[in-house]
Amino acid sequence: MKSLEDLKKMREEALKKVEMREGGKDYRVVVGMATCGIAAGARPVLNKLVEETAEKNYNCVVTQTGCIGMCVYEPIVEVYGKDGEHTTYVYVDPEKATRILEEHVGKGHILEEYTVDAAKKAEAR
Amino acid sequence: MMQDLAMHMLEIIMNSIAAGASLIRILFIDSKAKDEIQIELEDNGKGMSEEMVKRVTDPFTTGRTTRKVGLGVSFMKGLTEQCNGVFDVKSQLGVGTTVYVSLQRSHIDLPPLGNLGEMMMAAIQGNADINYQFTYKNDSNEFAFDTIEVRKELGDEVPLNEPQILLWIRDYINEGIQQAKEEQL
Repeated sequence: MKSLEDLKKMREEALKKVEMREGGKDYRVVVGMATCGIAAGARPVLNKLVEETAEKNYNCVVTQTGCIGMCVYEPIVEVYGKDGEHTTYVYVDPEKATRILEEHVGKGHILEEYTVDAAKKAEAR
Repeated sequence: MMQDLAMHMLEIIMNSIAAGASLIRILFIDSKAKDEIQIELEDNGKGMSEEMVKRVTDPFTTGRTTRKVGLGVSFMKGLTEQCNGVFDVKSQLGVGTTVYVSLQRSHIDLPPLGNLGEMMMAAIQGNADINYQFTYKNDSNEFAFDTIEVRKELGDEVPLNEPQILLWIRDYINEGIQQAKEEQL
């Protein structure tokens, strides 16, 4: 059973991580959490991203945003790099979220097949 | 559409965050005895004018400027109509807003409760500077969670949106609710 006491123990470790971050993280992972995103299943995606980031200590911060304006493609996850360039991943589910962290944030490889461009091309076909 | 109650509630909480609240209170009462689920979401955000309160459940009303529809509140109101419930919004400019919802617990159209721990995690992750008070009640038990107490343990240097803290919060809330449910049986 968890108790508030646990937090005292977690504090030290969390503090170390916060200090480490002062230098800044390389990636910002943004989840669309407006009505469209939530209805399409953004919450389990966000959940997965937070879990994986905590467990594997990825070099990123996970944040939220409102509606990106492409509701049909939700859940959407955007990955921003250090130079401000960004990749938009669409139809994301928890499994894809794990891969995005692994490949893009972990190794710097963009997963082309999950991007909005790939989705648009597939539709045009 | 929203698949569970927690999603509906998260939508309303997001409104409170957007309204600049510094404190959001969430009360969830699950009463078998009264055959009723009651939800109260109270914030101290910027509030709404009387005229806005009247229009707030209209899907073509929204506080945002990027487009002309807003669905969160109308979905919630629709759900109350579907499940034999009541929907009410009270608000005062500069003071805050309270959304009150009741639903018939045994109604066939009542969506599942969903994951309240995940809901709170998503809300806190969205804005970790706000304080959240969450209370779950049923006929015999009560579980309360307050971010002020979490901050007391963590100190000021550790923000609540640290991933491992968020996960702890999620699990702490879900365990607390689970325990309150089991004791009731």
